[in-house]
Amino acid sequence: MNGDPAHTTPAQAPARVPARRKRRLREPQSALTIRFTVNGETVERTVEVRKTLADFLREDLGLTGTHLGCEHGVCGACTGLLNGEPVRSCLLFAVQAAGAGIETVESLAPGEGLHPVQAAFREHHGLQCGFCTPGFLMSAVALLRDHTVPTDEQILETLGGHLCRCTGYQGIVEAVRAAARTWQR
Amino acid sequence: MKPAPFRYVAPRSVDETLALLAEHGAEGKILAGGQSLVPLLNMRLARPQVIVDINGIRSLAYIRRKDDHLHVGALTRQRAVEESATVRRQVPLLWEAIRFVGHPQIRTRGTVGGSLAHADPSAELPAVAAALDAELVVRSPSGERALSPGEFFAGYLTTALEPTDLLTEIRFPLLPERTGTAFVEVARRHGDFALVGVAAVVRRSDGTIAEARLAFTGVGPGPVRARGAEGRLAGSAGTSRVFADAAREAAARLDPESEIHATAQYRRDVAATLARRALELAWQRSGGRTR
Ligand SMILES: Cc1cc2nc3c(=O)[nH]c(=O)nc-3n(C[C@@H](O)[C@H](O)[C@H](O)COP(=O)(O)OP(=O)(O)OC[C@H]3O[C@@H](n4cnc5c(N)ncnc54)[C@H](O)[C@@H]3O)c2cc1C
Ligand code: FES
Ligand code: FES
Repeated sequence: MNGDPAHTTPAQAPARVPARRKRRLREPQSALTIRFTVNGETVERTVEVRKTLADFLREDLGLTGTHLGCEHGVCGACTGLLNGEPVRSCLLFAVQAAGAGIETVESLAPGEGLHPVQAAFREHHGLQCGFCTPGFLMSAVALLRDHTVPTDEQILETLGGHLCRCTGYQGIVEAVRAAARTWQR
Repeated sequence: MKPAPFRYVAPRSVDETLALLAEHGAEGKILAGGQSLVPLLNMRLARPQVIVDINGIRSLAYIRRKDDHLHVGALTRQRAVEESATVRRQVPLLWEAIRFVGHPQIRTRGTVGGSLAHADPSAELPAVAAALDAELVVRSPSGERALSPGEFFAGYLTTALEPTDLLTEIRFPLLPERTGTAFVEVARRHGDFALVGVAAVVRRSDGTIAEARLAFTGVGPGPVRARGAEGRLAGSAGTSRVFADAAREAAARLDPESEIHATAQYRRDVAATLARRALELAWQRSGGRTR
């Protein structure tokens, strides 16, 4: 039905193409089976098309590190990486991630210790309640992968896409500056 | 589940998209970067029956020089524009303005075509298109047409696009020598929609303004060109006085809305100051010095 290998129609959904049509048009679906990687692991699930990636990560995969604040793109709490780039997971449908690589905050410290960016946040009081932190961390990781020595302007531009109600931001800025120095990439 | 139920389809080509749009008509809705549409879906302010996701159409994402225009595919991410040395060199006004659109995490998904098609009254890119007299290329089942910004923008969140139309490309004319451009804005926080934004284009001939263009955002239902002030600037000397007078004249003719964040009078005052700054900056960038 669908030529894209990462995007298949679930068996239970009838995928009929009316015979009257000459050229086969793709039929819109209410649910799709998608395959993609989340934190390096391949995931294949059938998902309702209107489910956001954020809800899919939290509810279907139990990855509740991705937080939901506003659910309309403003706060940044849900920010994750799509093929390495920071995106709002509340503004992306899970089916749109078919074939892609997703990274969430859970990927940062799979073992015991903290990721250097996380450690810097702890060291420099970059968090208090921690609600906003997963989003800040993922944006900071993406920035620091691209720029080993980011300018303050780049740091502020990146962090400007996130809201924090607790810290007053200065600790977060300091944490990212520090992480640029301590993270051995 | 935030959005109301819909069905989803991801076409792989422009032709397939047009066929799907024709099939589903007013029940269908194009999904590009989703940075404006998905909030509307999440809040159930929009309830389309069928979402036509064009993100898989690679052939709609490009930045290409063709003769004396820069062609930008509608699906080109705003982030790609911002990172393009070609755009920065050849259409610096677009480059300068796009960095005011939301945040990096928004621009990784948001598209050039999506911003123009959405036509938010405070969006930056419609003013850029208006100031540059860009051409907006639209495909429909009956063929292709190129619209001027005046034809394309039809009012508050409204364009000339029909439900069966796809915006495919935006053509930005390259500006002649000795032309400077500038985009300035005031927003409540960096990354917010503009309270007022101004795009200016100034071409000079020695100490004289050969041609000037001024487009505002945030002060009307769509982008607003200040034709009166433009006419008055052409042929004048490039002095601070001339720019300030033209900016005041342009701002006085605006009819912005009052809302909780800014009264109409405040917006007009800001517009006058920003227009002067934008004109002076554009003039300086054209190689002129303001006296
Ligand atoms: C937190 C936040 C801050 C923002 N700040 C700003 C800002 O400061 N300035 C600003 O200008 N914008 C801002 N935006 C919106 C901007 O990011 C969007 O990118 C833009 O308005 C829509 O582009 P999109 O590609 O995301 O389109 P979508 O949201 O996918 O679509 C928007 C509309 O356009 C239609 N459409 C999209 N592409 C096409 C096409 N090719 N042909 C026909 N119709 C099409 C869709 O059907 C829909 O109606 C912000 C968004 C967020 C979430
Ligand atoms: S929850 Fe996605 S940006 Fe706020
Ligand atoms: S630490 Fe509480 S919101 Fe940022």
